[in-house]
Amino acid sequence: MIGDLLEILLTAGFWAATIRIVSPLILGTLGELICERAGVLNLGIEGIMTMGAMAGWMWVYQGGDLWGGIVFAAFIGALFGMFHAGFTVYLGLSQHVTGIGITLFASSLSYYVFRMLLPTATTPPKITPFQPFAVPVLSDIPVIGEALFTQTPLTYLALLSVPAVWYVLERTPLGLAVRMAGENPVAVESQGIDVLVVRTGAVMVGSAFMAIGGAFITMSAFDAFYFGMINGRGWICVALVIFASWRPGKALLGALLFAGLDALQVRAQQLAGAQIPYQFFLMAPYLLSIAAMVVMARRARYPKALLVPFRRGDRV
Amino acid sequence: MRIEARQQVEVWRIVLAPILAVLAALVLGAGLILWAGEAVFASYWALLKGALGSSFAINETLTRTTPLIFTGLAAAVAFRAKFYNIGAEGQLYCGALAATFFGTGLVGLPPFLMIPFLMLVGAIAGGAILIVPVLLKTHMKVDEVVTTLLLNFVILLLVGYLLEGPWKDPMSLGWPQAAPIVDEGIWPPLLAKGRLHLGFVFALIAAALAWALMRFTVWGYEIRAVGLNASAAGFAGIGVNATVIRTALISGGLAGLAGVSEVAGLKGYLTLDLSPGFGYAGIAVAMLAQLHPLGVILSAFFISAVYVGADAMSRTTDIPTYIADVLVGLSVLTILVSVMLTRYRIRWS
Repeated sequence: MIGDLLEILLTAGFWAATIRIVSPLILGTLGELICERAGVLNLGIEGIMTMGAMAGWMWVYQGGDLWGGIVFAAFIGALFGMFHAGFTVYLGLSQHVTGIGITLFASSLSYYVFRMLLPTATTPPKITPFQPFAVPVLSDIPVIGEALFTQTPLTYLALLSVPAVWYVLERTPLGLAVRMAGENPVAVESQGIDVLVVRTGAVMVGSAFMAIGGAFITMSAFDAFYFGMINGRGWICVALVIFASWRPGKALLGALLFAGLDALQVRAQQLAGAQIPYQFFLMAPYLLSIAAMVVMARRARYPKALLVPFRRGDRV
Repeated sequence: MRIEARQQVEVWRIVLAPILAVLAALVLGAGLILWAGEAVFASYWALLKGALGSSFAINETLTRTTPLIFTGLAAAVAFRAKFYNIGAEGQLYCGALAATFFGTGLVGLPPFLMIPFLMLVGAIAGGAILIVPVLLKTHMKVDEVVTTLLLNFVILLLVGYLLEGPWKDPMSLGWPQAAPIVDEGIWPPLLAKGRLHLGFVFALIAAALAWALMRFTVWGYEIRAVGLNASAAGFAGIGVNATVIRTALISGGLAGLAGVSEVAGLKGYLTLDLSPGFGYAGIAVAMLAQLHPLGVILSAFFISAVYVGADAMSRTTDIPTYIADVLVGLSVLTILVSVMLTRYRIRWS
């Protein structure tokens, strides 16, 4: 049994699956990370991912092209981010309840829109999703080549966005403003920068990332939109942000570890056959997420102003 | 734009807040009805008639109100202490699992003992599943929203496993459902016709008890104090962690009762589709009630009417039933704003 599992770890198929599974998680985790670094917990993530999955897919199904669908999903995501920020940043309302409300609203609206546009669809209609693109030369490397360089363009985008987000957050004045808005908003204000605008921008960009993560699932991993297909991935991303201590690089590592265990779980399921019921394997990602939060909890360094609304002129 | 606290909050503003929130949600929902090519007033009228237009409809609406009162109370009590228990859906199934485990022949008791016994084990099961998230919150500062949400998925998979495997009723003709609750454990119907059962009365009693708990007892005072300002409550000598843990157990117990009610009161056996999201709708119920346990009764009735009415409406119009979920989600957002406006005013300058 252990030997069989180790053998799986050496197959290119396992690593390719890991990279596939990690892509939407990376996008969602980065999106949540951007919001939280600016001081806003975005629990709308599950609904925004559902919305992105529906919007991007629908764009293509209605005759648009794939990249147009991604842009559209990102736009819709940013729009919901704007709602979220309007509530939590400008009105200073509870970030927990707003997020849950956005999730309830966005996911049910996705289903409503889907049913409106396709009232009679019983078998889910399909689109032609993103096709794998083999990077010349690099894809010829054994194992790594197949795993990393024969993915769909959206996966490359997800992987490249990790260093991009890291660079912007850690090495640019804009990133500094975002991080300060999450740590010490009064200091941002004293620099003449509008905290509310910075936070709103961060939540909108973060939500766009989440929506693209959702769109990955309907436009790259699968080719159809199903009800309940995000299936808690958004909540897993929230857990991954804590696991990553709010750092993009660690987020990639955490997501890879998580996706690897998920890919292993699917294969172990086939190995175990009927001995262990499949439901227990399906539980693994959720239990792992909880475990990940527990492991990192003691060392977790929350952004200091996370969950704290900023009102200009309030005494600190 | 400036946000200023009001000097005093008049009662009429508090009463008006949920009404305005519901109206705002209905107005926003009207856009979706127009998009479906239907007339707004006629559609909402069809919804109202579907929910309250006949004795059958009212019976059905009250039947659906029952679990929503329990899950609404679960959220209302927990949110008061700022413990965001979003796991009522999973706790509901835990209550249902316990009722099924003890109520399908394992224990033999006369009805006047069996019914309270199943409620007790259901409440304990619902509370027990919250022990892990609440201890993680109090002792390791792990956010309870994410842990309770993730547990929902775990519990639903566990129910799926039990219903397809060891607990599957061989008499169910292949459907994944558990054996029926024994006759002694079944909650009797309230009326000769319709599905309304004794659970509705239990739900009303639970709401009254929750109100009394919050209003008149030390525990209730501590829950409110911890929710308003945990560090001040700590300085005043209130055991903050103990209060949060106690609140969580009460909250989970209430959600567990929703599951017992659906199994022993409504269906008679456990299925995988026992709850169409009662746990999540309970959050909307609690928010609309502004976390007031007696208000929960009214808002649960309203949310139930939206669900039952939307079912009827979508049968006669081209509006998808998801309109109900959209309205519920919208009302969580609109009530946040309207409650805020009771306490603050916005100055445009």
